Amino acid sequence: MTESAHQDTPEQVEFREHCRTWLAANKPGEPGVRLPLSPLEIMTQEQLDYLQAWQKAAYDAGMIGCDYPVTVGGGSRSDCQRIANEEMKGARTPFLPNVIGLGMAAPTVFYHAQDELKERLLPRLFSGEDIWCQGFSEPGAGSDLASVQTFAERKGDKWLINGHKVWTSLAHFAEWMILLLRTDRSHKYDGLSYFVVPIRSALGNGVTVRPLIKMTGETGFNEVIFEDLEVDDSYRLDELGKGWQVAMTTLLHERGAGDLKTPSAGGMKSKTTHSTTTSSLIDLARNTMRNGRPALEDPLLRDQIMQLIIREAGLGINQRRARVAGLQDHPSRLLLQNKLLASEIAQDIGALALEIAGASASLYLGDSNAPAGGQWPLSYMNSYGMTIAAGTSEVQRNILGERVLGLAKSK
Amino acid sequence: MTQPDNFGFEEEAALLKDSARKFFADNFTTDKLHTMVAADFEPERMSGCHWDAALWQQLVELGWAAVAVPESAGGLGMPLSAVAGLVEEVGRAAFPCPLLATLNAVYVLAAIGADAETALTEIAEGRTASLATINRDGAWDAALTEVVCDAGTLSGTAWFVQDARKVDRLLVAARNGERIALYWVPIDAPGVTVQPDAIVDLTRDQAHIAFDSVAAEPVCADGLPALQQAMPAVWTLLAADITGAAEWQLQTTVDYANARQQFDHSLGFFQAVKHPLVDVMIHIDQSKSLVYNAACAFDFEPDEAARFAHMAKASASDLAAFASGRAVQFHGGIGFTWECFLHLYFKRQTHSQMLWGDGPWHRARMADIVLGKVA
Repeated sequence: MTESAHQDTPEQVEFREHCRTWLAANKPGEPGVRLPLSPLEIMTQEQLDYLQAWQKAAYDAGMIGCDYPVTVGGGSRSDCQRIANEEMKGARTPFLPNVIGLGMAAPTVFYHAQDELKERLLPRLFSGEDIWCQGFSEPGAGSDLASVQTFAERKGDKWLINGHKVWTSLAHFAEWMILLLRTDRSHKYDGLSYFVVPIRSALGNGVTVRPLIKMTGETGFNEVIFEDLEVDDSYRLDELGKGWQVAMTTLLHERGAGDLKTPSAGGMKSKTTHSTTTSSLIDLARNTMRNGRPALEDPLLRDQIMQLIIREAGLGINQRRARVAGLQDHPSRLLLQNKLLASEIAQDIGALALEIAGASASLYLGDSNAPAGGQWPLSYMNSYGMTIAAGTSEVQRNILGERVLGLAKSK
Repeated sequence: MTQPDNFGFEEEAALLKDSARKFFADNFTTDKLHTMVAADFEPERMSGCHWDAALWQQLVELGWAAVAVPESAGGLGMPLSAVAGLVEEVGRAAFPCPLLATLNAVYVLAAIGADAETALTEIAEGRTASLATINRDGAWDAALTEVVCDAGTLSGTAWFVQDARKVDRLLVAARNGERIALYWVPIDAPGVTVQPDAIVDLTRDQAHIAFDSVAAEPVCADGLPALQQAMPAVWTLLAADITGAAEWQLQTTVDYANARQQFDHSLGFFQAVKHPLVDVMIHIDQSKSLVYNAACAFDFEPDEAARFAHMAKASASDLAAFASGRAVQFHGGIGFTWECFLHLYFKRQTHSQMLWGDGPWHRARMADIVLGKVA
């Protein structure tokens, strides 16, 4: 919306200038391949190579992990990741491929791993050299995450892991997985423990990764099967039986409410691929005829488009208001709404786009007459991934009702 | 010009908002409000005007009526985001008083400039005022006023005048030849007749006001530009009032949902109750964020003020209906009664929802700005 440059600290001013100068000279060129909508749909090695090279360059320029200590490969800066994100967005850079690593694994490892492990894992995570994935959900454990059954059995200094994880984005490229599993079957929550496990090096030797095809026809996520995978006890995070607490650190950051800022996707996707925003919706309405006039002139559609613009703006301003102490009554009330609102707004934008497109809404990828190349039905279908993943919208409403409003816990 | 990240909401604004909340908590509980405006059911109360003028006087002495008056006219000249914070608390308390009406007049007077200095000084000294600019259709457009000025006297009727029986002055829009001029008229001037409306909202009063050859000098000969400049503040402040009232509705309903037991659980245990209450909270936060963004734009980004204020009032108008409906529904039978305090807020919100344009009205105007008008 508007720039906040004039409120930067001296460190932030200098850092912003550095980002700007570097980006002006080093922003990568057009990819030779079609980029997916998000890092979670990276399908080919070519796509990954291009994006990994970009993440490495941005890391070497100091724009990733800025607020983590130097000892773990960070920049030891204060509240500078936000600045780097703003500048990358402004420069419309490509998105960063190691999205689960940066957003979820990094803060979890940082807060819960031994120093030696942090110092070994985090630099290659920030640089994107090691891609990370997340092993939480199972066929029998979705919204009720604490019922995971993947089990680690103790064998001296080692653990033997057996189980089945699903919806594991990026597992087909990942070196490492953050893994929530069970070490005690007699306690639901206190029987959980949390590990980081190397999976790429164990492929065919205790680990099998198989792609799952989404309703859109795309791949990108997987199921991961563990059969007697042996891992060292030094890969356990925090104490035995504290897995649920560690998982909460992961989920808090996944939903945008953690205290460590995540290096965010750049702004390039709005140019090179399709974006699910109200401005794309307006373009569609301008170019679609309805009753012999542009759909944009239809009063009902105008009202519906305005409703979405208002919600989209409200979400953006929530994040700004969350930083103004005098304008909120509860510390996480606004932050806990981020994921819920962003996913539902995107879904409603997609739904309205299909209505605007009318008869053409069912034209899909590969049809030369499809509006936006068939990306609208694609992004609409993908939006259900967003309202289901990382805690369904229903679970999010439970969390908000219980933690923020103080209503009784639902079963 | 760009917006400051904190909406221009400085320490002084936070202090004002906190002290307003504390003042109402100490001096004006909902119980007291109910006793004041609804103690006994009498149909004639619908056109009544029940308020505590002495308590209002305390607020005037605290300087709250002059927060928006420019310093040059003896006021505090605070930014709109600070004023919105105060109004939010007035809405939360549903406090019957002419603050909002007076603030509306202040923003129009301030937009007029030097010629309105005297009027602004009167407000800084404790006088109150209301806008008399709307026609019988409630068109929310002063260009359509029914009041006419001919040979120095005003004739015709102004409608939907807020808190008319609490204020000292009227800022009247009247057609004068080709233009709409603005007049600063004492409420007790000869020829002015206040005709109270019977309204659903017991926490405010409203009237239509007849002018019969009222002698008046214009405070502004060409008033529409000043009105156009000031209306975003009017919309934003009413939206702030709505969000404050909605916070009361949410908190009261959450408290009830925690206390009331059915089927061996508190109501809040059930997701059919929990999830819509979360949706009310989400809608409150959306409106509140849009209110402070619009307030900030008014002071720092005036070219965007109208668009952002339309967004805030559209969101808040819808919130008024949604929060009211859920509050009554989740209180069950008791929520439907006169003795339960909810109805006071339900009715205030219904009034606020429509006042100065409801959701569709604001979205239609916003669409003209964002998408261009349809030829």
